[in-house]
Amino acid sequence: MATIWFMIVAVMVAMYVLLDGFDIGAGAVHLLIAKSDVERRTILRAIGPVWDGNEVWLLAAGGTLYFAFPLLYASSFSGFYLPLIMVLWLLILRGIGIEFRNHIQDGMWTSAFDVIFSIASALLAIFLGAALGNVVRGVPLNADGYFFEPLWTNFLVGTNNGVLDWFTVLCGVVALVTLVVHGLLYIATKADGDLNVRARKMARVLWPVQVLVTGLSLVATLTVRPGVLDNYLKWPIGFAVPLLVFCSLLYLFVAERSGKDKGAFLASCGYIVGMLVGAAFALYPTVLPASTDPSYSLTIYNTATGAHGMRVGFVWWGIGMALAAVYFVFVYRMFRGKVRIEEGSSGHGY
Amino acid sequence: MGLAPLIVVLKTLAITKNDDTYNQAARFWAKIFGINFAIGVVTGIPMEFQFGTNWSHFSRFAGGVIGQTLAMEGCFAFFLESTFLGLFLYGEKRLSRGMHWFAAFMVFVGSWASGYFIIATNAWMQSPVGYEKAADGSLQLSSFWALVLNPWAWVQYAHNMSGAVITGAFVMAAVGAFYLLGNRHVEQARIFLRVGVVAGLIVSILQLFPTGDRAGKMVAEKQPVTLAAMEALFNTQQGAPLMIIGQPNMATRHNDNPIMVPKMLSFLTFKRWNAEVHGLNEFPERDWPQNIPLLYYAYHIMVGLGTMFIAAMGIAALLLWRGKLFESRWMLWILMLMFPLPYIANTAGWMTAEMGRQPWLVYGLMRTEEGFSKMVSAGNGWFTFLGFAGMYTVLGILFLFLVRREIEHGPEPALAGSLPTQNAQHSSEVR
Repeated sequence: MATIWFMIVAVMVAMYVLLDGFDIGAGAVHLLIAKSDVERRTILRAIGPVWDGNEVWLLAAGGTLYFAFPLLYASSFSGFYLPLIMVLWLLILRGIGIEFRNHIQDGMWTSAFDVIFSIASALLAIFLGAALGNVVRGVPLNADGYFFEPLWTNFLVGTNNGVLDWFTVLCGVVALVTLVVHGLLYIATKADGDLNVRARKMARVLWPVQVLVTGLSLVATLTVRPGVLDNYLKWPIGFAVPLLVFCSLLYLFVAERSGKDKGAFLASCGYIVGMLVGAAFALYPTVLPASTDPSYSLTIYNTATGAHGMRVGFVWWGIGMALAAVYFVFVYRMFRGKVRIEEGSSGHGY
Repeated sequence: MGLAPLIVVLKTLAITKNDDTYNQAARFWAKIFGINFAIGVVTGIPMEFQFGTNWSHFSRFAGGVIGQTLAMEGCFAFFLESTFLGLFLYGEKRLSRGMHWFAAFMVFVGSWASGYFIIATNAWMQSPVGYEKAADGSLQLSSFWALVLNPWAWVQYAHNMSGAVITGAFVMAAVGAFYLLGNRHVEQARIFLRVGVVAGLIVSILQLFPTGDRAGKMVAEKQPVTLAAMEALFNTQQGAPLMIIGQPNMATRHNDNPIMVPKMLSFLTFKRWNAEVHGLNEFPERDWPQNIPLLYYAYHIMVGLGTMFIAAMGIAALLLWRGKLFESRWMLWILMLMFPLPYIANTAGWMTAEMGRQPWLVYGLMRTEEGFSKMVSAGNGWFTFLGFAGMYTVLGILFLFLVRREIEHGPEPALAGSLPTQNAQHSSEVR
């Protein structure tokens, strides 16, 4: 039963990265790619009705993690205290950047919020990647299952970890590149004209970079934690996941060349899902490896909530998710299609 | 939360009376709601995370129980609320009238469901139910329905939600009064006043009776030491008086300059004039709330303001009924100036609930000093605390600035041309 909840949380995290990923990525390149006020508003309008709902996946995933694996939640959230609080600050800044920018039509006001939105988005992508890197690399857990990591120590992978070392920084870069591409492809599907052309072009330029950092991160992971291969060797079906990553990258390349914006975006989705599922599959059943003593590692078994709680959870979780799926389909259908903002119309809202 | 049902009322009036003025009113308040919501979302996200970051020992201890309500809030309320708010704010031109009403209604349902799950979590900390102790000392859920139907939760929820509507109603009435006094947006102002005053009177009364009354009795029954501290009742008494004003003196253990209503406290708590009310002297000092004077003041400020709300809304409603409210400038001034008070009353109410529970984090099961994250050093705690303080100050200023701007700008005139296109909405909103 704990295994099922592990999968559920993994799926919710993947949903979050897929959905909020494109608006984070779009935010990170917001300043670079949108030149005029109209283009900037086009981007904001493309993500405006959905970003908040996308972010809810983070909250729902966090809540579900809390409910299903209380000890994991307690240990990891207090251990990653500083970076998590900074993520919260970035989420706050990004949220007001999106929501408040268009309340006042004034060059100073809008450009200030554009900068806040864009920088906060880029940093968020890096932090999220670094967080995942920490989970793969392991943290200095003590016998009680708690730890505390400073932001950085000596940038080396060892028992005296900081949140940032060369490995997690690399993961942050992978996340930034991935989400930027993801965001660019989303913009391409939602925008026309120059903005569309520029988004495509930039995504094309970034493709080799994405391939390069993906390969690097794979090699680095194998160096840092050789154990990640164990599960793959045990259940060879798992090799389908790296295959998915590979094929997605390949199709991304093809779709970009042939101008299939939607196909390219879907390929990017496939790539992200593959990377995350690959990491989750390699970790299972460990959820937070200890860099100190392997026997201190947190697994789904020593962190899970009681059996009654988990059973009850299945019922309401199923109902809740079915409802959420209905809303999502509805809202994306409502706001489907390209965003068009007429020159000269100074829209309030988006 | 308090504004959401009022917006539904406005949308309903727009449909039943077939009058677009009400839609304009709803649109205006939706903008204010949007600003509130944005601030609420960005400040609400940290709250969920802080269970883990700052209260990890508490989370490990109690997560098996309250993880349920918190996760349910995410799965049921947040998705609902955020989806339909997007539809409500950006979809008026794309949706039919009925569907747009439905979106407003669902925003209301979502925000109120969210409120329930949070209150159920807090109520469990006040009065833990439906749990059992596991082998490792943590608590695990034993009865889902006991947790969700915790009697404390229902009383606290009703009290909290009517408090939220009081805020919404007072703010709506205050904006109406502000416009009317300045002779602007007169037609809209009258709607705001009518809806604000009628709703305000109803919820102000509900706030005292039955919800406040029930909440007080619940405290007397489950947390008698809290009641004694709230009332600054140092010694057990039969026919205990109710202190209206007076300053608790912790050194001498009595109250300075008290103004008392004899036997009132006994009557209000137990419906008998001579009932015995337990004083602080009956409880060991280590179980007393740490800051009794502040708790006492918070509670008395809440009750005092609540009484004023009933009086003000009662008089305003009377004037409205007699058709004199819109000409009674003195009453409009009062309504306009009263808008900050519900915020204060609600804050004081939460201070009463939270300080009254001290020294417990989970009442009777875990003390506050056992629950925080022991691996996080005080230096890190201060760093993040100051960061949040700074950020929230900026948010507060931005919020006031933007809301003031919307109020200054006022409700939009009727939409020019009602073609269902996105751009029509845009061009109508040019300042």
